Parts: sequence; C-alpha cells; structure tokens
Amino acid sequence: MTLWLIVYRSLRQHALSTVVTASSIALACGLLLCVWMVKTQSQAAFTAANAGFDAVLGARGSKLQLVLNAIFHLEASPGNLAWSDYEAIRRHPAVKTAVPIAVGDNLRGYRLVGTLPEMFATVEFAPGKKGALATGRLFTPGAHEAVAGSFAAARLGLKAGDTFHPFHGLAYDEQNQHAETYTVAGVLAPTNTPADRVIWIPLAGVQTMGGHDPRAATDVSAVLVQLRAPTAGFMLDLMYNKQGNRLTFAYPVAAIIAELFQKISWFDRVLELVAYLVALVAAAAVLASIYNSMSARQRDLAILRALGARRRTIFGAVVIEAAVIGAMGALAGYAVYLGLFAGVAELIRAQTGVVLTLAAWHPVLWLAPVGMVALCALGGVVPALKAYRIPVADTLAPVS
Amino acid sequence: MLAVADLHKSFVSPEGGRVGIVHVAAFALAAGEQRALRGESGSGKTTFLHLIAGILAADSGHVTIDGVEMTALGESQRDRLRAAKLGYIFQAFNLLQGHTVLENVLLGMGFGPRGADAVHAREILTRVGLAHRLHHFPRQLSTGQQQRVAVARALANRPRLVLADEPTGNLDHRHARESLVLIREVCRENDAALLLVSHDEQALAQFEGVQDFALINRPGPEDRS
Repeated sequence: MTLWLIVYRSLRQHALSTVVTASSIALACGLLLCVWMVKTQSQAAFTAANAGFDAVLGARGSKLQLVLNAIFHLEASPGNLAWSDYEAIRRHPAVKTAVPIAVGDNLRGYRLVGTLPEMFATVEFAPGKKGALATGRLFTPGAHEAVAGSFAAARLGLKAGDTFHPFHGLAYDEQNQHAETYTVAGVLAPTNTPADRVIWIPLAGVQTMGGHDPRAATDVSAVLVQLRAPTAGFMLDLMYNKQGNRLTFAYPVAAIIAELFQKISWFDRVLELVAYLVALVAAAAVLASIYNSMSARQRDLAILRALGARRRTIFGAVVIEAAVIGAMGALAGYAVYLGLFAGVAELIRAQTGVVLTLAAWHPVLWLAPVGMVALCALGGVVPALKAYRIPVADTLAPVS
Repeated sequence: MLAVADLHKSFVSPEGGRVGIVHVAAFALAAGEQRALRGESGSGKTTFLHLIAGILAADSGHVTIDGVEMTALGESQRDRLRAAKLGYIFQAFNLLQGHTVLENVLLGMGFGPRGADAVHAREILTRVGLAHRLHHFPRQLSTGQQQRVAVARALANRPRLVLADEPTGNLDHRHARESLVLIREVCRENDAALLLVSHDEQALAQFEGVQDFALINRPGPEDRS
C-alpha cells in the first residue's frame, strides 16, 4: 500500500509530464499494434480472398497480375483469351466449375465486370456462402441490366431500378461515357470480399459494349476455375504454363498472393522498424521525464529513507512509477490502435474490398503492451539508480 | 533504551583532510526518559542524531537501541530498525509536500513492522488537534500545524525513541512552547523516550534534564585538518 501511495502521489505531483509521457507511449503502442495487426490481417485476408476459386486462366503474362485483375478487381487485364479457351477448360475433366469474366468498363471508378449468372448461382465465395441478393433480382443474360456489389452500391448510391451509363476503361474518365443505358436489377448482400466493389453485368454486355473492338466480341478477360481435386491444379499448371506458351494458369491463388506479400515484405520490415524506434523513443521519454524530476524529488525520497524506507523500496517505487506510466500509455494505446486500425481497414476496404476484422485476436495484442510496460520499467531503472544512491543525511539537512 | 559508546564520525573537508564532527564517549537514555541537549549551530548535534537514527554510518563506536546494536547492522537492517523503533522530528519538519496530512502520517508508519494503520493515524492526528485537516496538503497548513503533523508522523509507528532536532526552530515563542508541551505529552502517552537537541534556551528551559552537547561531544584536535 505504501509503495503504491508513493507512486500514485508522484504521478499526481507530476501530472503534466505523466500525461505527456503516457501519451507518447500510447502513440507508440497504438502504432506498433496497428502496423502488426494490419500486416498479419491483411496478409491473411488477401491470401484467403480467393472468391471461391482455386485458379485463374488468362492471357500469357504475370500470374500475379492475372489474380489481382480477376479476383481482386485491381490492376489491368494482361489481355484476352478466346471463347474456345474458356470452352476448353470448362470441359476439362479436372475442372468442376469455370466462370468467364470480361472487364474494361467502370462506373465512376467502380469496375463493371461481365460474367455469367452461375457466378452467383453455383459458386460459393466462402464455404456455404453464395452471392445473395439484398434487394431486387439477378440480371437477365443479354439484357442491359446490372447487379451492384454492396460497397459499390452504397458508395454510388445505387438501388434497384436506377439506371446508369457505363464509362470506358478501368479508370474513370467522364469524357469516355458509353451510350448504353443499364438498369440496376438488384444489389448484392455484403460478402466482405473484393466482389463488393464490383458492378456485375452480363458477359455479353462488356463484350459488345459500344466502342469495344468487334473482333473481340467473344473474347473473355479471364476464366475463374474451381478444380475437382487440388492435384489437378499442378497438372493444368504443367499443361498451360510449361507445355503451352499462349495462356497463363495462375494456381494456387493463395500462394501467388503470398508471393506478393513476400515481395513487399521489406516495406513491412521498414514499418516495423519505425514502430520499434517509436517505442524505444517513448521508453526514453519515460526515462528522461522521471530522471529530470529526480532533482526536485530528491528531498522527498530522502525523507522517505529517513522514515525507514529501504534503498530497494525507493528503487522499486521509481521503477514501478515508470511501469505505471507505461501501463497507462499501453491502455490508451489500445484506443489509438482501434482508431488507427479502423481508419486503415476502411481505406483497405475502399481500395480493395478486402475486409480486416477489428475484433480479430493475435498474441501481439498483449505482447506489445506488456513489452512496452517492460521497456518503460527498464527505462525507469536509470532514474531509480539515481534515487537509490541519494545521500539521505546530506539531502535532508546541512551538518550542524 | 539508548546507549552510545565511543561514537566517532568525521567528514572529508573541502581541503581534503578529515574533520572530526562527533566523538561521544558515552551517552545513555532510559526508556521513557526525556532529555534535551544544548548545543550551538555547527556543533554536530544533527550529525549525532543522524548517527543514532542510522541515517549516517559511524566511523567507529556503538549505538544500541532497545537492545539492538545499530552500528553493527547493515544499511538495510538499520533502515528496518529505524522504521520499527524510532521517530524523528526534523527542524524543517520535512513533510512530504505532495502528500496529504493523513498520508504523511501513514508513510511514517508504512515502513515499520505494523504497516500503515489508517485508524491509528487518524487517532494520533486527532490527538495533535488536526482531525479537521486530514486531507489538507502541508502547504495549506500554518507552520504550527505542520509541526504537529511532523510530531504525529514521528509518533505514529509507536516508536521506543523519538529524536527531535531543533523542533521549535521555525516557530514563534508561543507556538514553540505549545509544541514542546505537545511533543513531551505525546511521547509520555506513548511511552517513548525523547532526545531533543536545540540551541533555543526557552525551549530547553522546559526540560528538567538538559546537557551541554559540547560536554559529551569532544571531537579530538587530531581529527581536525
């Protein structure tokens, strides 16, 4: 009780520096948690976000570009493939489902993707979950109708019955408006996948849109593939990528995305390093703050020693004080983390459609705050040593 | 209660030599006894009290308190003995400015074997007339009230010996007289021996047993550099 009373009063006495120092700890801790959680969660979310497909077949080029284009609706299409290529893979005995997509248009920055109704009717984007409609109905093949993903509908204010003119290209340019008028037939329920950012229209809609090359009217941008067995993927990989030289078979999707994260892992490490440095600076701030207050507190500590407090009690009080500042900062750090993470998650969702979960658990959620408290306690050792060495008699009164 | 034998303490002078400050051949105080030592400023009175309290380590000699030889103990054990057996009233009161009156007294008890006892702390503060100032900070009190807090703190852990170093030095005559009466009464009520050092003749006049510190403290000329 005595120890805590000393610590409590010291913190109260130096309330301003306590709050400022704890705030710097909170920022450091929040930043550290955010960097770590965004990194681990985005890696997990991106590698898991395969829209229910095992592989993507597309024009010859980068597998990563193919996956980003067909699954994440980012990046440009590496090129088209012929309808016969789609038919060939659809009929392959190792393939369970093959769904073609065609891209090339947008509505104010949100992609229009042409596809077949089976994208929603048969494909499960996650185990046991198919693309369900929140309102309205699915588009009719051949009609100028659209089904909007939940996020795109919310951002564009689309609802069933609305009409729009698509824009040419994947990037929004108001000069490139198509003449065709599409009617929103329905809005999909949220799937928390990149598909939420897409406006789906019939495949033929993109293929035959005014201004598109009529020679490519039957081409598709990619074919999304579900396999009957994982081993089939390696067989098709051999067939398309090694033996053939016209098409690219991107398989497995998760491994390709993992490669992307591998490529940008240096960036993660830089962010981590910055977060660790901020944590170190915050711990140094604790050290400096308490150390600077030592001169003013020297007499109080000498009085405590004269009252019977042992050196190690005084040492412990100063270390505990540093740890308490660290703990206060770490607690506030959770609030900083929640705010930062919510902002970053919203940004990632807006840009990619991938949803990061705020409530997800990771050991870093307790390791970082505990580590921060330990670091602060360690920072408290230097001023604690100064307190430990205070000469009681000299400090209390001059020799008379 | 208190026995001092051949106690010696010197310090290093700015010139580099050693200056003897305390050399007390023999001094004793019985349980419950109240004694005052008269001495001028700079005569080594405070150092003598610091040596008895174990705040300073002696160069040589013996200090025995309640049967325990303080000078034979390590620093940590001296701290423990001080917390258990001694109460100290400082000239400048030495109250903890960031702590309330009650907390100052609780901290006076907190390092002793009985620990902080809020009920007893309140009782003793009531005894010194500060029941209505428990949650005030020292800066909110008059000098006389601060002195009473120092008295309450020194007595709070039920010490066997109270050391008072110029306890009236910061008080006017009326408050000094009242304060000494209070210190002596409270020590008596708590069966604590009292050793007071002062150069204030009016304060010393209230004691039956007054000794000149210069007569018992004889730092030899060989100690002076």
